[in-house]
Amino acid sequence: MHPTIENSLIAIWIIFFLSYALIFFLHKFAKIKNYDDIFVRTKSWFFLILIFSAIIFAKKSLAIYILAFISFLAFKEFISLVPNRKSDRRIPLWAYLSIPIQYYWASITWYGMFIVFIPVYMFALIAFRMVITQQTEGFLRAIGILHWGLMTTVFSLSHLAYLLMLPDRVSSPTGGTGFLLYLVFLTQFNDIAQYITGKTFGKRPILPRISPKKTWEGFLGGCIATTAAALLIAPFLTPFDWQKALLSGSLIALAGFAGDVTLSAIKRDIGVKDMSSMIPGHGGVMDRMDSLTFTAPQFFYFVCYFYGY
Amino acid sequence: MAINASKYIFSIVTKIFVFVFIGVNVRRKNLIPNNGPAIVVANHNSHLDTIVLMSLFSLSKIHLVRPVASAEYFLKNRFLSWLTTRVIEIIPLEHGKASKDFNPLSAAVDALQQNKILIFFPEGTRGEPEKIVRLQKGIVHLASYCPKVPITPVFIHGLGKTLPKGERVFVPFFCDIFVGDPMFFEEDKHAFLNNLTETFKNLATEGHFHDWE
Repeated sequence: MHPTIENSLIAIWIIFFLSYALIFFLHKFAKIKNYDDIFVRTKSWFFLILIFSAIIFAKKSLAIYILAFISFLAFKEFISLVPNRKSDRRIPLWAYLSIPIQYYWASITWYGMFIVFIPVYMFALIAFRMVITQQTEGFLRAIGILHWGLMTTVFSLSHLAYLLMLPDRVSSPTGGTGFLLYLVFLTQFNDIAQYITGKTFGKRPILPRISPKKTWEGFLGGCIATTAAALLIAPFLTPFDWQKALLSGSLIALAGFAGDVTLSAIKRDIGVKDMSSMIPGHGGVMDRMDSLTFTAPQFFYFVCYFYGY
Repeated sequence: MAINASKYIFSIVTKIFVFVFIGVNVRRKNLIPNNGPAIVVANHNSHLDTIVLMSLFSLSKIHLVRPVASAEYFLKNRFLSWLTTRVIEIIPLEHGKASKDFNPLSAAVDALQQNKILIFFPEGTRGEPEKIVRLQKGIVHLASYCPKVPITPVFIHGLGKTLPKGERVFVPFFCDIFVGDPMFFEEDKHAFLNNLTETFKNLATEGHFHDWE
């Protein structure tokens, strides 16, 4: 464990406890609206940061098991909510099976297999398996839904695992762990920064038919805050110069926003508010990971472009 | 009273199993009865219904929970009958044997008198996946023997996908559970049964689920 990683985790915990105390005291002296809701959310953050700390602290092999399990939960949420045909009942089993395999490629850092396994092999296998049942009605819809689920919850999220496995020759003192911390911290920071600036200054809605509460002010506030945070922490966790920090920070902010509203659109289509109720105050696993489904691959290939894999 | 250790172990294992491989979204968990006597009535689509319902109870209350299940089905081989009667502590129910001298519900009534919490499937048997079939009269008889016992309706959705009747392959899907307000027996048995059916229909429409075709 590199001392910088340790210090970063300690910093995250300090930020958490300070915000917890701030919310508590703000409420004590001036009643906050939706206090109970915010309090429940903050409490859940405790467990989320705990799991994240475990991923960072644990041996890489164990961390990959945890990440694979998160993918499994995310896929399960997705497949349980989307409309599916009775004849396809068993087909998700194949998709479930692809999860350990995809994370295995990450664990042995077989880059070529890792990037084609789902978009090429599972793409064909699942389609073929679905053809065998010979149900043509709603076929395209059913296969499209399943592929989308695999791409977001398994392919995209598995980039977190590969990021962790990036060899130290990627010329960063903290290796893949530093990149993972950088990405996950900035993505979650962006969500919160957007929420807070939106609540404080929000006036002009940005995508009112998808997320009525999201505003231009929140979006831009998030972009500025996240890019600033990227510039600040990049020297500790990454080999980025300030240009790359600026670029990666704004990339994470933009992709994070896009991932967030994309899942919102999916939820509106399905007709649910949350993907499940596993994380009190946040909703489901996917409600917390939505931005990461877009930022993880974007950031991963950003790193690969500049430093190789 | 002797503590049934195997039931605790079984409950811990099934709780973990349900958490990992199924996942339950419960609306109004606080309405699940904490103390007996009480009856929990639920729709029945899957063998998993019982273990998912049992997983809603805390371990400290699990010794009170007694699912009522068909004797014919569960006592047919030695392992199954050991598992269901000794571990899960079902109350075996003999269907269609009611007569003047034999009341199939007497064991259930006894359990209620000992402040147990019964899990009862008023549809009688597992129905077509994700559809509610007609409620049988059993629940009316049971309620009429114990009119003061609260009856909590629980609607389960999703397990008919995870493991429907007649299927052997388990596929992980989340399940949704809607708990209703406790009801009590009414003198007009017809009205009571209609009321219960209506309650289930209302709980079922709460989730806005897609038809599964």
